[in-house]
Amino acid sequence: MNSATFLIWVRETGFLIASSIFIIGLTIRFFEIFMLGRKKDLSEPKGCAMRGGFKTIFTRFLPQDSNTFQRSYFIIIAGYVFHIGLLVALFLLVPHIELIRAALGFGWVGLPTPVVDFLTVLSLISMLALLWHRLTNPVLKMISDAGDYTAWILTFLPLLTGYLAYHHLFFDYTWLLAFHILSAELLMIMLPFTKLMHTFTIFVSRFYGGAISGHKGVQV
Amino acid sequence: MNQLSLEERLRLHGVSRRGFLKFCAATASLMALSPAMIPRIAAALENAKRPSVIWLSFQECTGCTESITRSHSPSLESLIFDAISLDYHHTLQVASGDAAEHAREQAMKDNWGKYILVVDGSIPLGNKGFSTIAGISNVDMLIETAKGAAAIVAVGSCAAFGGLPKANPNPTGAVSIDMIIKDKPIINVPGCPPIPVVMTGVLAHFLTFGTLPELDHLKRPKAFYGQNIHDRCYRRPFYERGQFAETFDDEGAKKGWCLFKLGCKGPTTYNACATTKWNGGVSFPIESGHGCLGCSEPNFWDAGSFYAPLSTPIGHVAQNAGYALAAGALAGAAIGFANKQKSSQAIEKHEEITVNDLIKGETK
Amino acid sequence: MSAPTLQKGLNAFAEQIDAPIASFFSSCVHCGMCADACLFYTETGNPKYTPIHKLEPLRRFWKQEYTLMGRLKKALGLSKAISDEELEEWKELLYNSCTLCGRCSMVCPVGNDLAYMIRKTREGMAASGHAPIDLVGASNRSVTIGSPMGVRLPALQAQSRKAAKETGLDIPFDQVGAEYLILLSSMEIMNYPEYLQAIAKIFKQAGKTWTLASDAFEATNSGIQIGVSDIARELVSRVVNAAEKLQVKTVISPECGHAYTAIRWDAPNLMGRKLGFKVRHILEVLEDFRQSGLLKTEGLEESKITFHDPCQIARRGGVIDEPRHLLNLVSNNFVEMNDHGKMNWCCGAGGGVSANEEAHEIKIKVFNRKVTQLKELKVDTLVTACANCRIQLEEGLEEYQIDLPVVGLTEMIAEHLVETK
Repeated sequence: MNSATFLIWVRETGFLIASSIFIIGLTIRFFEIFMLGRKKDLSEPKGCAMRGGFKTIFTRFLPQDSNTFQRSYFIIIAGYVFHIGLLVALFLLVPHIELIRAALGFGWVGLPTPVVDFLTVLSLISMLALLWHRLTNPVLKMISDAGDYTAWILTFLPLLTGYLAYHHLFFDYTWLLAFHILSAELLMIMLPFTKLMHTFTIFVSRFYGGAISGHKGVQV
Repeated sequence: MNQLSLEERLRLHGVSRRGFLKFCAATASLMALSPAMIPRIAAALENAKRPSVIWLSFQECTGCTESITRSHSPSLESLIFDAISLDYHHTLQVASGDAAEHAREQAMKDNWGKYILVVDGSIPLGNKGFSTIAGISNVDMLIETAKGAAAIVAVGSCAAFGGLPKANPNPTGAVSIDMIIKDKPIINVPGCPPIPVVMTGVLAHFLTFGTLPELDHLKRPKAFYGQNIHDRCYRRPFYERGQFAETFDDEGAKKGWCLFKLGCKGPTTYNACATTKWNGGVSFPIESGHGCLGCSEPNFWDAGSFYAPLSTPIGHVAQNAGYALAAGALAGAAIGFANKQKSSQAIEKHEEITVNDLIKGETK
Repeated sequence: MSAPTLQKGLNAFAEQIDAPIASFFSSCVHCGMCADACLFYTETGNPKYTPIHKLEPLRRFWKQEYTLMGRLKKALGLSKAISDEELEEWKELLYNSCTLCGRCSMVCPVGNDLAYMIRKTREGMAASGHAPIDLVGASNRSVTIGSPMGVRLPALQAQSRKAAKETGLDIPFDQVGAEYLILLSSMEIMNYPEYLQAIAKIFKQAGKTWTLASDAFEATNSGIQIGVSDIARELVSRVVNAAEKLQVKTVISPECGHAYTAIRWDAPNLMGRKLGFKVRHILEVLEDFRQSGLLKTEGLEESKITFHDPCQIARRGGVIDEPRHLLNLVSNNFVEMNDHGKMNWCCGAGGGVSANEEAHEIKIKVFNRKVTQLKELKVDTLVTACANCRIQLEEGLEEYQIDLPVVGLTEMIAEHLVETK
């Protein structure tokens, strides 16, 4: 297989396989979670569970208070920079928007590529820092398992290959582009079955967590 | 005439020594050779005795022949054909029928082991009868003619990669030359059609050095196919800045912005178009306002719409997503139901725990 | 009646896992921020106290039983089953070093309520025989005697007589139709009789009727702490039945954190029905009185005071503003600790830790968190609203050789009541 036919494979068959597993996996995971249900809380509410739930989806984007920030500043800053870079690269790079437009029928305006490029570099650096943190921090060393490192690799590869491809570095561009797409497809395939699922369930868990507090009248 | 060297024949056509050296220099630079090689090219061409060339056309559209012959006449590219003895080319030759085939057989016999075989068009393997010349199937003629060839030049994407005849669902079972001939040096000169000067350049290299030029992983001469169109594109700054033409007649298109969103395949295409250009260096597709089709890359004909951006998937994405969603919902409902069952069963199985049931081995 | 077995424990896990837990485990990215929020980690530096790590058995069970990939792995024999040895190892993490304070739940960036999950994990731990022996004992006393500390009715009656004498007010028992039913924790009966006296005075001034129930005076609930809903239901049903028999409008949870959780939030769910009365924490009632002008005080505390929020009342109970309004009523020098309200630091003794002798050493060690907070403030008086916190605060301050009086908020209010003739 040469680079051109490989590129076609990842754009056609690979994408078909990846998107199918991604959608099937996500749907299964959501059914798995929601069909377990939860008991109706019969206690008299002090606050509004719904309000607490929906509010927490947004408020938990920021640390609770400055002390929490000070105690966990490394993971918060590195985590933020990494996520922002990743999301900007994913959703605001024109070629990616074209992909979304082709798949969903609508798109939006992208950012100039040097901006995306800069944030991608920051994101890559943050990811390396986070990996180092995971490998050296006693708490993270203790709680990390193979799934954490798998997720790291699955996320790092598309960013790295995308960066290399954009700059035409080291390898033939067609190969790089094909590997970039392939790595993104691997991410799609694995996402529903790894902790990367938090991409979607974060809104669910924040809602539930916030609803529990909201019901009791705790400001969230 | 056949005994004259190239330079002498060029003189006859009114080309000066100076003009000849200019051609040699151009060829050297095109092939990324050092300027020190110019005298060597000149000397080789001056002294080259016309090698025999047999040109076979199979499943093709004659576009490649058109490209090489329709270059500005009398151009050096066409003149170089005076440097070879084109003994068989069924589009160009005067002879027909038995005489034509006889010419091929004669040339093969006279130059056994030394002639160059140029092929354009792909070979149908689905049924030998799909394409025949003088009753001889393409595949048989190729195998027979290839036997005595010094080298084979596969001209055009059909001969090099299968081309449009091979496009899905490939009704004729078309294949490229290198799928059939495994024991001869093959140079692929893909493109639909290839740039004329690329064809002549390859021949010049062979005449000069008697060897094949350096080839890439697709057997393409690196000198011409080592450059990425996107890297050399004069519209690249607009790509960097995120300025794209959205349609062929919008402001962006008029301002000459990047054609990525209109499906330009420049980023994954390796060819000399952006530097050598076409029609005597006048222009090339992107300069004319149309995205690159990637015509010199394998399977470009099956790489989705010419007008779909390179980053988009090929195929019926939305329809497939619908099926996947339905399948996921069915499987998810089944698994979710099993989960719920497990949970309910656990609740049913629950035995009331009293304070006497909390210490191991101390059942009261 | 049967012995606890691993099977029963796992069955309890299977019962407990619901959609929120499945979403929590699905969302966890192992960021480790919960460790920084947990005083058992911050004060010891030992990573095993990371809250999410304490949930490892439940997480593995969920993965193996309730996810497609986990089921596949299990079917292929690729996953390690949960063993008795593992649960025994985790006992220390789930009971001795977690007070269910829920501070980790507040900082989790994906919104996981870890305390909710630990409470549920304890169901499986207890059912499989891995609950600390002292909590088993406390539960036993609660069910058989009526109080985890073994306090019986005569002890309360003695305290009541004393309170009646001190205050000159009637301490009513079993008054049908009283507006409020007052509950007490054993600690208040044994250690802090001031509380009952304060109640008598405040309600007298407010002109509200109240009563104690001789068959349901104990508010604490060992079942909640050990993690056995059946026991928790048995205990809480005594209060519910008494309240409904006496036809009170409101049951008042005393200054005790988990008692509030048990009666306010868990009781209806344990009973499987809504209750025929309201449940309020004493601070909520006092704040109601204040707003209705029924709480008339005089004089202000001159000393610099701060308030220790009991976790179950503030972060897990939503009673956060009420104590502040009340404190400002009787003090002009009230200052907040660096982390307070819903972000307070636990005293280190909640969630059954105080009743668990195995946890004694670590509970004193992690009290250092509170010591650090208090040293920053240099206050003269520490006020709180949970008898369990109060014991830990007093004991901890003693251990760390800090001389600082600890006062219950209700008593402090009572001391400032305008004397009625």
